[in-house]
Order: sequence, then C-alpha cells, then structure tokens
Amino acid sequence: MIRQCVIIFGCLAIGELLASVTGIKLPGSIIGMLLLTLLLKLGWVKVAWVKGISDFLVKNLPLFFVPPGVAVMLYLDVIEANFWSIVVSSIVSTILVLSLTGWTHQWLRKSNYFSGKPTDQPTA
Amino acid sequence: MKNFLQSEVFIVAFVFLAYFAGKQIQKRTRLILLNPILVAVIIIIVFLSAFKIDYKSFHEGSKLIEFFLKPAVVALGVPLYLQIEKIKKQAISILVSQLVGCVVGIVSVVVIAKLMGAPKEIIYSLAPKSVTTPIAIEVSKTIGGIPPLTASVVIVVGIFGAIFGYTIMKWTHVKNPVAQGLSMGTAAHAVGTSRSMEISPKFGAMSSIGLIVNGIFTAILTPYILELINIWFPL
Repeated sequence: MIRQCVIIFGCLAIGELLASVTGIKLPGSIIGMLLLTLLLKLGWVKVAWVKGISDFLVKNLPLFFVPPGVAVMLYLDVIEANFWSIVVSSIVSTILVLSLTGWTHQWLRKSNYFSGKPTDQPTA
Repeated sequence: MKNFLQSEVFIVAFVFLAYFAGKQIQKRTRLILLNPILVAVIIIIVFLSAFKIDYKSFHEGSKLIEFFLKPAVVALGVPLYLQIEKIKKQAISILVSQLVGCVVGIVSVVVIAKLMGAPKEIIYSLAPKSVTTPIAIEVSKTIGGIPPLTASVVIVVGIFGAIFGYTIMKWTHVKNPVAQGLSMGTAAHAVGTSRSMEISPKFGAMSSIGLIVNGIFTAILTPYILELINIWFPL
C-alpha cells in the first residue's frame, strides 16, 4: 500500500514540479498520469505495484467531483443571468462533439484498415 | 451545533453520505437521470442553504476529498497503459477524431454563446467545457475565464453526457462501440468515463483515451483556436 502511494503521489509531485519549472500549460496531474504510463511502459513500475490504489481511485472518480460540483452555488446569479446562452451552447456543443468525434472515428476505421482490425472492437 | 456542522470531520462524513445516498438512489430507481454526482450535489446544496452554512466553511472540509481528484487523474495512467497497444493500432483514427472533437467542442460552444449574447468572460469560461476539471480550470485561467464557473459547467456537461450520451449517439448513428466509448470521454470527460466503465471496462478504457487525448489537445490548442476565432468573429 505504501509503495503504491509512493508511486502515485511521486508521479503527481514530479508532474507538479515539471509544470511549475517548465511553465507547460498542462496540469501537474496530467503530466503525472503520462509519467506513470511511461514508467509502466518502460517496465520500471509493474502494474501489480499500483493496481490496488489505482483501481480504488478510478472506480471512485465521481466522488471526487462532488465538492467542485457544489461550487456551482457560488455562481447561481451569474448562471441565472446567462442561463439560456450557457445551457443551449453547452448542450448543442456536447451533442456535436459526441456525434462528430464518433463519425470521424467510424469513418476512418472503415476506410483505413491499416489502423486496426474491426474485430478488436469491444462488445457490450 | 453549527460549529459541529462546519467542522471538517462532519463535512467529510456528509460528502461521503450524500454520494452514498446518490449511488443508492440510482441503484434502487435505475434511473440514469438520477446521476449520483448530481444527486449528491443537490443534497449538499439544499443542506447548506437550510442550515445557513456558507460555501467557504464547507470548502474547508470538502477540499480534503476534492484533493484526491489529482492522484485519481494520475491513476488513469494504468488503464491508459493497459490499452496502449490498441491505441497504437488505431493511432491515426484516434488522433484525427480527437482533433475534430476538440476543435468542434471549443468553436461550437464559443460561437453559440456569443450569438446568444453571453459576455466575454462567460464565453471564455465555457470554451474548455468538454475536458476534465483540472485541465479545464487551468485552461480557463490561461485564457481569462472564471475558473470556478468553468468547473461547474464542466461537471454539469459531464453529467449531461453521462445521462444522455449513449442515447444521443443512438440517434446520430454512432454505432461502433470503440467510437462510442471514445466520444463519451471526448465530450463528457471523467464523468462520461465513469458511465462507460459501468457498461464495460472496454468502453471505459476507450473513454479514458478520449478524456486524455482531448484533454491534452484542449490544453494546448484552446488559446490558439480562440485567437483564430477572434480574427473572423470578434468575441
């Protein structure tokens, strides 16, 4: 458990450090995630070493969104004043992203067999 | 009594309780509309208003839970690593579709909000709405939005995507399961990804790829995309 914490928080700390030293406009946590992926890929860290804590964190990801979600109460007046522009633009845009990303991927997969066999699709 | 209700210990326990209640309600009713995050947030806001507890004292306790968002994002490196061979095989279709999703997500929300008369700082707060909170907040800060407003919109967009995403894709004929998983992560970040994880770990893994790749594209490209929009269509 301690080794798992050392690896996850170590990657996070190095990510934060890299973000502040280099001035990259990426959150430290994302740099930490890419670093962890790299360490796993290089074989310097084994999946088994981080499996327990990473399963727990990924599985409970929605919980960690509850506190920032409550912050919405601070902006109720701003949101109310711009309610329809915020709601309509966000909803229409989300529908467009879902559809256009999906269409592009489907279309490229159909026309480009070198980018992967259609048989490796996950099934529900 | 009020001192107790404002204590870190009570607030941490209460956030767990509200989220647990949200999960139980969804389990019993099986209504996707009753998303656990949405239910927990409503329970907490109603409670805070009823007992006149201000957000600042709530935040003193809740930031202890919010903190784990950071290591949780790091932990997404594990499912990413486990899918890396699949990503390599489909590198071109993933990168191109993510680029499309990133540009469409930013341009459409910005243009529609502008046409509907939203002020500049609101438009900038909306621009990174498709990506996960830690990235969206950084982007919002960089481009001159209101970061906490961005965080709220991001979470609401995520909940919307988690609730309606798969239904919308059914209507718009996104049929390929890989494309479905990927689009959920692209449009609805970690909240959409947790919805995909419920369907199957493979959908979840594809969603986390969408969440990650679109997150990185949005972090890098948003300032430039906004600059380009500003040339043709002053915000």
